[in-house]
Amino acid sequence: MDFQEFLRSVFNFDNYGELLALVQNSIWAGAVLGLLGGLVGTFVMKRDLAFAVHGISELSFAGAAFALLIGADIVFGSLIGSVAAALLLGLMGVRARDKNSIIGVIMPFGLGLGILFLALYEGRAANKFGLLTGQIVSVDTVQLQALAGTAAVVMVALVLIWRPLTFASVDPELAEARGVPVRGLAIAFMVLLGISVALSIQVVGALLVLALLITPAAAALRVTSSPRMVVMLSVAFAVTATVGGILLALGGRIPISPYVTTLSFLIYVACRIIGGVRARRGLVGRRVQSNPVRGASLQA
Amino acid sequence: MKPVVSLRGASLAFGKRTLWENLDLDIKPGEFFAVLGPNGSGKTSFLKVLLGLQQLHSGTATLAGNPVERGSRMIGYIPQQKSFAPDTPLRARDLVGLGVDGDRWGVRLGAAKVNRRIDQLLDQVGASDYANVPVGQLSGGEQQRLRVAQALATEPKVLLCDEPLLSLDLHHQQAVSSLINDQCHEQESAVVFVTHEINPIIDYVDRVLYLAGGQFRVGTPHEVMTTEVLSELYDSHVEVMHLNGRIVVVGLPDATTHHHDEHSMAGEGV
Repeated sequence: MDFQEFLRSVFNFDNYGELLALVQNSIWAGAVLGLLGGLVGTFVMKRDLAFAVHGISELSFAGAAFALLIGADIVFGSLIGSVAAALLLGLMGVRARDKNSIIGVIMPFGLGLGILFLALYEGRAANKFGLLTGQIVSVDTVQLQALAGTAAVVMVALVLIWRPLTFASVDPELAEARGVPVRGLAIAFMVLLGISVALSIQVVGALLVLALLITPAAAALRVTSSPRMVVMLSVAFAVTATVGGILLALGGRIPISPYVTTLSFLIYVACRIIGGVRARRGLVGRRVQSNPVRGASLQA
Repeated sequence: MKPVVSLRGASLAFGKRTLWENLDLDIKPGEFFAVLGPNGSGKTSFLKVLLGLQQLHSGTATLAGNPVERGSRMIGYIPQQKSFAPDTPLRARDLVGLGVDGDRWGVRLGAAKVNRRIDQLLDQVGASDYANVPVGQLSGGEQQRLRVAQALATEPKVLLCDEPLLSLDLHHQQAVSSLINDQCHEQESAVVFVTHEINPIIDYVDRVLYLAGGQFRVGTPHEVMTTEVLSELYDSHVEVMHLNGRIVVVGLPDATTHHHDEHSMAGEGV
């Protein structure tokens, strides 16, 4: 494959209008998942759960592979897998150190199970690959409705527990003293996270879920500390990555996930550079007493 | 004046180890009450009882006449200074905001009103200049000022302070303890101040609860911080000296090295 050919398989905008009409559902699905990922991601970062997301996604993959094997609904399978993993983590790992070792144990086990189920499966190979790398192109209207409905439930639940969850995430000791049900919220959030992971896997696949649930929020945190701005930027970044990724991928022969992850990554790199420049200039928002004559206070 | 904190026959034990028993205590509004004692004597557990996070083994604990309960807005809590990670997505004003409405469900509506309250609290503790700075980039002393603002957010009747001066330098120790004292006198809040070092707050303390060896004493610093009383509590000879308004305790049996009291007398805690 020479370079021209490579470029054509990556970017191809022939008959773009017709293609666009065909994948309308996918674009909507991408937007919904971007919104969800951006919102949930901010709490994943606040609670330092990036590694947990990875662990949950591997078990979600195992669940989906099992569903594929027995001919059940794949989304349902991945949902069961990820919520089970999330609950396990929520119930067992109180301290971060515990949590990380439990995830380290679960992750290869889940991935191994998934590979076993896929090996036993005798159907189309594309289905297998899709679980790991995403397969948003084929979202029909019913699936889109189910996806949007589930995402809406998760987002409503998240909004309902927003303030106490924030308190418990960033300042657990004081939240506890103020009567916030820290432990209950931790478990509730893990369930919401499990569902979000299962939904996101459909777009970007089990291996690349972090690009939706971590990278946008991590990028937002590089450029702002305002909680409101973090949420807005995180959602904007995630939606840009998913929808932008789908739009770019339309004509090419390559799965959507590399487009999504690359966009996500580029946004992160840009944010890091901006954040780095700001930090070097000392722009942290501290109000300096405006004094026209430098050093006057020293002489006083 | 009706007491704001009352303990009757209160005992706390973990397994066979009794931390303290039959504690009767009334703390009045506007009183600065220090809780002293060595590590493991149950000082922090005492606070947890008042916070409703720790059940008494026996006896009762009441807050303004009602049994203590978790999450009471009558209590303001100031924890030990503990640094935030540099990338914590929280500015100074957001930390204070958690104290205002962080325990409420849903998202914040009516942000303007909450923001006014936050500005007011920041101003009260002299933290307005760094209102928009991420907490991870503030010094320990600045963070503790915010903790005071956060604790005052609900206009508490009782301020519970758990070693709030630990790991602060002398200058910030004075600033933070004087802020707490202001609240005590201007708003008539009771202050329960857990510490193992009385000197930074000696000028403010009305009464002391000294916990040691499963026993306790309550009284003014001059009544409790004496050679006789502490020797009896520790069951070994402890020398207490009063020097220039400071209290120096020599010969504590289970003395630990206190990393933060470089300002105290050389003989203290040896």
